[in-house]
Amino acid sequence: MRYLIAGAGPAGVVAAETLRRADPQATVRLFCGEQEPVYSRMAIPYLLAHKIDERGTWLREPGHFEALGIELVHQRIESVEWDTHTVRRADGQREHYDRLLIATGARPATPPVPGMDLPGVRHCWTLGDARAIAARARPGSRVVLMGAGFIGCIILEALVLRGVRLTVIEAEDRMVPRMMDATGGAMLQAWCERKGVRVHTATQVLGVERAGSDTLAVHCEHGAVHPAELLVVATGVLPNLDLVADGTRLSLETGRGIRVDPWQRSSDPDVFAAGDVCESVDWYSGERAVYAIQPAAVEQGRIAALNMCGRPVRYAGALPMNILDTLGLVTVSFGHWAGVPGGESVRRAEPGRSRYLRLEFDERDRLVGAIVVGLPEHVGVLRGLLQRRAPLGAWKARLARSPTRIAEAFVACTATTGLGDAASP
Amino acid sequence: MLKALSIVPDKCTGCMQCELACSYEHEGVFNPARSRIRVFHFHDEARYVPYTCTQCAEAWCQLACPVEAIQINPHTGAKEVIENLCVGCKVCTIACPFGTVNYNQATGKVIKCDLCGGDPACARYCPTGAITYVDADLTAYERMRMWAARTDTQAQASA
Repeated sequence: MRYLIAGAGPAGVVAAETLRRADPQATVRLFCGEQEPVYSRMAIPYLLAHKIDERGTWLREPGHFEALGIELVHQRIESVEWDTHTVRRADGQREHYDRLLIATGARPATPPVPGMDLPGVRHCWTLGDARAIAARARPGSRVVLMGAGFIGCIILEALVLRGVRLTVIEAEDRMVPRMMDATGGAMLQAWCERKGVRVHTATQVLGVERAGSDTLAVHCEHGAVHPAELLVVATGVLPNLDLVADGTRLSLETGRGIRVDPWQRSSDPDVFAAGDVCESVDWYSGERAVYAIQPAAVEQGRIAALNMCGRPVRYAGALPMNILDTLGLVTVSFGHWAGVPGGESVRRAEPGRSRYLRLEFDERDRLVGAIVVGLPEHVGVLRGLLQRRAPLGAWKARLARSPTRIAEAFVACTATTGLGDAASP
Repeated sequence: MLKALSIVPDKCTGCMQCELACSYEHEGVFNPARSRIRVFHFHDEARYVPYTCTQCAEAWCQLACPVEAIQINPHTGAKEVIENLCVGCKVCTIACPFGTVNYNQATGKVIKCDLCGGDPACARYCPTGAITYVDADLTAYERMRMWAARTDTQAQASA
């Protein structure tokens, strides 16, 4: 059996390792499109913050893939001939596959405003981007960050730790709008402002132009112009669908990403997809969803690999989850934190202490989502409670009174304790 | 044979020796807030439940780590945080559905139970035998692992 994996991010790497263990005789070839060691984009902000060097971003130790008998190939896969089971590499060579995994990830979106191609305007996505940002983001440099979403906020911290003078521009009405409600977003914004970051929400960037040899002018709504040596663009990511888009003809069924069934299989039975490139389903609603997050990517990579080698394993759906540490304030969200129809919401906010907890239940008293600000202890139990998908029984009322008892609720509701079974009073 | 922590809540009196022992073993201070094991008090039922990582086979924390900073100790089977690789991103703290990986603000790294390299302090100092370190096959924690399999979003064997 000959397995090819397009993309050496977390999904591709975990898939390659899983295939190797599950099918020791097979050929496993992992294609990395960048001329770099296999690395983690998630680690880039920590590189910029001087917490690690480039080696610290590597997903695996040198020699790891060779030792496992995984063939790591530094070639981008340019196209696929589905009928003949053949891929074409960037160097023009063709390779046959029995099963193909598309794990090509996502790429940063470029907003449709003038000046995005100027020197000094960078995404923060690749190691190359990180090096370019490091060269311009020096102590005292003026930097504008466009976008205060999840990725933007991780970069925000790295830029502040580099000692730059930072201005953040967010088009929506709050920071991390996909992760926090108005209460949580306002706490995060107040926290950042106390740390000396200027944050402008509900503000569009209209365009960027050169304002000197090394200076940009970032034009915003309401007439504001921000001079800067660097503009970092973090306005979301889009699945990398190059392999399936052949001109106007789409070769595999796609929605926002490559559509996969619960076995991570695409509309072509010998082609699978995992990670940010695929459109899976939401764990609760069953609706199609693209959640570009690390935990989902590695789970999908593992499940795709098992199914590719004939071990049927079904994915129960992707559970959105994010955790962010912004200059010391930890914010977390899980699942349907904005609530579901017919459900119930419990909220406790202490803005003065930057603490907030919001729990969302459905009409069957099951936890479906949560927001946590400033209370990071045992926060993983929220995942446990969400995945459990069982009514909370007596603990629903207890959590409504005292939402911070989530860890106790989890421990009590799990079988090990012989306590507080979901149905008990 | 690998050994594992066995926890029998019925025998726990809530004395908190395990939390203090864990904190002292790992941090050099007697501070329950720095412990990797936690005793939950259920006052309504007058019960105490010691709770820590089960070193589960699924190892969500290890799988989710973007920089391979959680690795298996071949001698104990424990999933251990490799401090100099951990970047403090905390993805493991939300990926672990048991909530047993936590962030240590003081070091900027995550912490979890590492079985103290094969001689867990919590078991050594538990005066009632509520926490013991026994052959892995025998542990009551198997039930928690079964729970993990039931609620696993990752792997549900299809018919």
